[in-house]
Amino acid sequence: MVEIAVLLKQVPDTNAKIVVVNGRVDESAIASWVTSPYDEYAFEAALQHTEAAGGSITAITLGPARADKVLKDAAALGVTKLVRIWQDDWQDLDSNQVQSALANAVTAAGADLVYCGKQSADRNQGSTGPGIAEILGAACITEVSESDSAGSYLRPTASGSERVTVSSPAVVTFTKTQNELRRPNVRGIMMAKRAQIEVVGGDVSASQVNFNGHSSPAQKPPGKTYEGSDSVPEVVGLLRDEAKVL
Amino acid sequence: MEITIIAETQGDNLHPVTSQLVGAATSLGASPTVLCAGGAGADAAAGIAGVGKVLSVVGDCFSTFDGGAWAAAFDAAAGTGIIIGAASAQGRDVVARIAARRSIPVVQDVVAISQGLTMTHPIYSGKAMQEVTVGGDCAVTLRSNTFPPAGDGGSAESATVQQSGDVKIAVQEAIAKASARLDVSDADIIISGGRGMGSPDNFEHLYALSDKLGAAVGASRAAVDTWDEIPHSMQVGQTGKTVNPSLYIAVGISGAIQHLAGMRTSKYIVAINKDPEAPIFKVADYGIVSTWEEALPILGDEIAKIL
Ligand SMILES: Cc1cc2nc3c(=O)[nH]c(=O)nc-3n(C[C@H](O)[C@H](O)[C@H](O)COP(=O)(O)OP(=O)(O)OC[C@H]3O[C@@H](n4cnc5c(N)ncnc54)[C@H](O)[C@@H]3O)c2cc1C
Repeated sequence: MVEIAVLLKQVPDTNAKIVVVNGRVDESAIASWVTSPYDEYAFEAALQHTEAAGGSITAITLGPARADKVLKDAAALGVTKLVRIWQDDWQDLDSNQVQSALANAVTAAGADLVYCGKQSADRNQGSTGPGIAEILGAACITEVSESDSAGSYLRPTASGSERVTVSSPAVVTFTKTQNELRRPNVRGIMMAKRAQIEVVGGDVSASQVNFNGHSSPAQKPPGKTYEGSDSVPEVVGLLRDEAKVL
Repeated sequence: MEITIIAETQGDNLHPVTSQLVGAATSLGASPTVLCAGGAGADAAAGIAGVGKVLSVVGDCFSTFDGGAWAAAFDAAAGTGIIIGAASAQGRDVVARIAARRSIPVVQDVVAISQGLTMTHPIYSGKAMQEVTVGGDCAVTLRSNTFPPAGDGGSAESATVQQSGDVKIAVQEAIAKASARLDVSDADIIISGGRGMGSPDNFEHLYALSDKLGAAVGASRAAVDTWDEIPHSMQVGQTGKTVNPSLYIAVGISGAIQHLAGMRTSKYIVAINKDPEAPIFKVADYGIVSTWEEALPILGDEIAKIL
């Protein structure tokens, strides 16, 4: 039996255009919100782990009311314990605040394993898994691409990869795996409508980071396009003489 | 300002990104202390110009990678102030844990840093940038190939400290890479193939070219998902690796936004695609509208001429 907490973050669809207005990313311009892709791999791994070993999953998110959607989607796949952490200033929480809020929820869930993505598709930081592990006094295995219900995990190394095991409690962060998140069936979708979400406060200390603003990335000057393979010698010349990369 | 750098190592050697970390630290006016895991790369680190001191942190924990154990050892060995590491998988893990141990904030994948401490890092896979300021101590990882490296010619004093941490991760089996090829994360030139390559066998043309250039071969997700022969470790993009080489050559890749997420900050981008409307041409410095069947042989010949 395992108790797994899965951390699911709601992010803009990866196809979304990101527009900065008055020094902030304009969230109202984002049409579609989804569960962060790496979190979905973590979630599928947790579903398979609990199916094989017995036990249950608690799905935890941190965010505003719209983030309930990721928990409802989890409910449609059979998860009954759903927790959303809510902080008024949730957009500007620093790494410590996010980690301690999530660690508190993991502890409250009584989980001995935490599965999450290696990084979120919005902030791209990759601090949350290792940081929560530190707070919980747990090990953390990062960038896992394969897992099994016996508790062995495949992670990359400089010379290839290695299969590791870990004592619990542990945090596992997932990169892409072979297993895409399953789709819910009709019964699951019906159940999700009635799912109850527990909303809890983050209860964290003050931020140590001042947010100065968002900006659009510097635009590169437009490049040159050449027709046909006859242009290859000219491009190679430019790579050597103009770009100086050859 | 006190700055401690966690050296990035590659086996027993110092990874070149470490000089870039030192370059960033000295640009802030610091003469940083460099911590070397298990003493790896300590001699090379002492030779980087601007380094104040090199500390070999030696303990049992350094025989296996366990971010928790390493962070405990480094935390005990490092002074207060600012901790800087590389934004690699291991660097991010260790630095995040040191920050959590100290209850100081961590800012990862920083691409610009100035006194204050004001930092800029990409968000939404580079579709926007975020700037933050941290007044007190903090932990930072820096994106590779972004900060000018410090030169050689340093002669910092070196010392050794015994410091370890509890290892909770046990390695059961090491699996060697199927090929000894360079990884896209470590390469200064990357040649990536997409679904337009038509078959995994055609990647041989990319390997042949990469051998000439000392480059790594990458792939789009469509290539990875379609062909078993192309492993996920080669995938560049949103759900693959983020790379930042001097030269990125995209062959038969359409340039979907999720692919651009992983490579758009490459210094120079060359695209070879038969479709003049392919979005990859919007980010390419040099676009060649051609089939790869026609363009690659000429590219190989021309490169052979100049190298
Ligand atoms: C959540 C999510 C995450 C994703 N993550 C990633 C990721 O990490 N990395 C990634 O790459 N994608 C990712 N994708 C997928 C992405 O949206 C695209 O589907 C993918 O990048 C397309 O790969 P491609 O360019 O190889 O294939 P295609 O889009 O099929 O393009 C093939 C190209 O090859 C050209 N071509 C065909 N024949 C030839 C020829 N003979 N010579 C020259 N050119 C030729 C065509 O003109 C075309 O432009 C992700 C998608 C989602 C939804």
